[in-house]
Amino acid sequence: MKQRTEALCLGVESTADDFGVGISTFKGEILANASSGYVPEEGGIHPREAARHHAEAADKVLNEALAKAGVKPTDLALIAFSQGPGLGPCLRTGATVARALASYLNVPLVGVNHSLAHIEIGKLKTGTVDPVTLYVSGGNTIISAFEAGRYRVFGETLDIALGNCLDVFAREAGLNQKQGLSLGAALERLAADGEKLVPLPYVVKGMDVSLSGLLTAATTLLHKGECRLEDLCYSLQEHAFSMVTEVTERALAHTEKKEVLLTGGVAANKRLQAMLSIIAEEHDSKFNVVPLQFATDNGAMIAWTGVLAYTHGLVTPVAESFVKLRWRLEKVDVPWVQ
Amino acid sequence: MGAMTLLKKGAEASLFLADWHGRKVIVKARFPKRYRPAELDEKIRGYRTAHEPQLMHESKKAGVPTPTIFLVDLKDATITMEFVTGKQVKQVLADVSREERQVLCVKIGGLIGKLHRHGVIHGDLTTSNMILDAEGKIFLVDFGLGEKNTEVEARGVDLHLMKRALQSTHYRFAEECFKHVLKGYSAVLGEEDAEKVFEKIREIERRGRYVDERKQA
Repeated sequence: MKQRTEALCLGVESTADDFGVGISTFKGEILANASSGYVPEEGGIHPREAARHHAEAADKVLNEALAKAGVKPTDLALIAFSQGPGLGPCLRTGATVARALASYLNVPLVGVNHSLAHIEIGKLKTGTVDPVTLYVSGGNTIISAFEAGRYRVFGETLDIALGNCLDVFAREAGLNQKQGLSLGAALERLAADGEKLVPLPYVVKGMDVSLSGLLTAATTLLHKGECRLEDLCYSLQEHAFSMVTEVTERALAHTEKKEVLLTGGVAANKRLQAMLSIIAEEHDSKFNVVPLQFATDNGAMIAWTGVLAYTHGLVTPVAESFVKLRWRLEKVDVPWVQ
Repeated sequence: MGAMTLLKKGAEASLFLADWHGRKVIVKARFPKRYRPAELDEKIRGYRTAHEPQLMHESKKAGVPTPTIFLVDLKDATITMEFVTGKQVKQVLADVSREERQVLCVKIGGLIGKLHRHGVIHGDLTTSNMILDAEGKIFLVDFGLGEKNTEVEARGVDLHLMKRALQSTHYRFAEECFKHVLKGYSAVLGEEDAEKVFEKIREIERRGRYVDERKQA
């Protein structure tokens, strides 16, 4: 194995059901992005079960990333980890791995905000500079833009996350998380065959959305069995996506930014991409969507954001590296953004 | 109607300045949104165009200044209303002294209190939706997301949105401003009712996404 001369950062991601390890150079070249996902026997994520999966998978994923990048642990100059927000047991497992690595290798440790990492990897991979970002996943629904030193949250969900809304409905409808096909993707496929728009709640409050009523209404109709499943999937998507698109457009009109970035696991949905590209076009803005392997939770985004933080003087001493379950995006200083 | 000049291309609607029988008016037009299905789009635009003038009228009855409505066209989803000469509170807030800012916020809180007391929820309380005229009167505009509702939950969300808008737009003095908004609100609604709403705001924040890091056990 040849010695690499450039500085490298290894990032550990473990906020929810994925355990990921990514390796990035200090210049932003992603050398590896390995991960292992926890698939529940039934229902949603059980935090302790997911954490157990992460602890068991850590060794394998870590070695896979190192092998893919073609580097030795001693080549690493920095260890970054997802410090929050997320599920406690899962976060703690990743943090433990990161602390152990940093201590053993005697390199600095840096805690990274998970939501921030989704934005930064999106910017890196799409060349976006100053976007309004819609970050939609199983745990988060956030519309943000940079303003005076931080990413300000302009809009978000008042209750459940968009990905959560779609996943729960998909599970209720008996769809399965199969190899390589997420619940969201299964739902999207069915929605493509939808023909009739079933009326459902559409709740926009200011720049926030509320999705729990929509989920309840769709699930109730599902169990009544009077609508075609395809129509319900279609209607659920159309209502939910229209709501987040409307508030994203409001943030775009408000901030007058010239770029729109779509990131997070739900970014993979083609219909959502299409809706956002329309509003971007109408406001003379450029639309970008993060590539799929960096859309879902991943270690590469943590590694890259760790580089940004560290090269701007931020480190996290082990004694202060406890996880932050509800760490909000707007609480994080981002000195690397102008 | 004569020539219309685009004032602001918003997300939810576009605002035009126009001359209407010799009056300077604002025409608020809700154009079709291509991103959502036509039937959903028509429903949303129609609903908001019909309800916004009703809520503005109710607000007047509550003692809250709103532009006078001249014409509502449901077919084209447009509302023709009085042009209020003044400045957005958003533009003013940063330029005034601390004392003036506090007085302004108490006044805003009072207006929200009057709305809520009368059963009106604004639905989009931001400092862009408040116009301060030369006489110091504050007009509330943009009731498109509002509703008639007397529930504590709706009031709590309404005020919570105000707080969030202050945090994203006036982050330097958001806390101070919101404190004074609540002061004005409480003075109108009465301490007992206001406290119920404040407790609801705390509950909304505790729902998970809005709280600072909880104390580690």
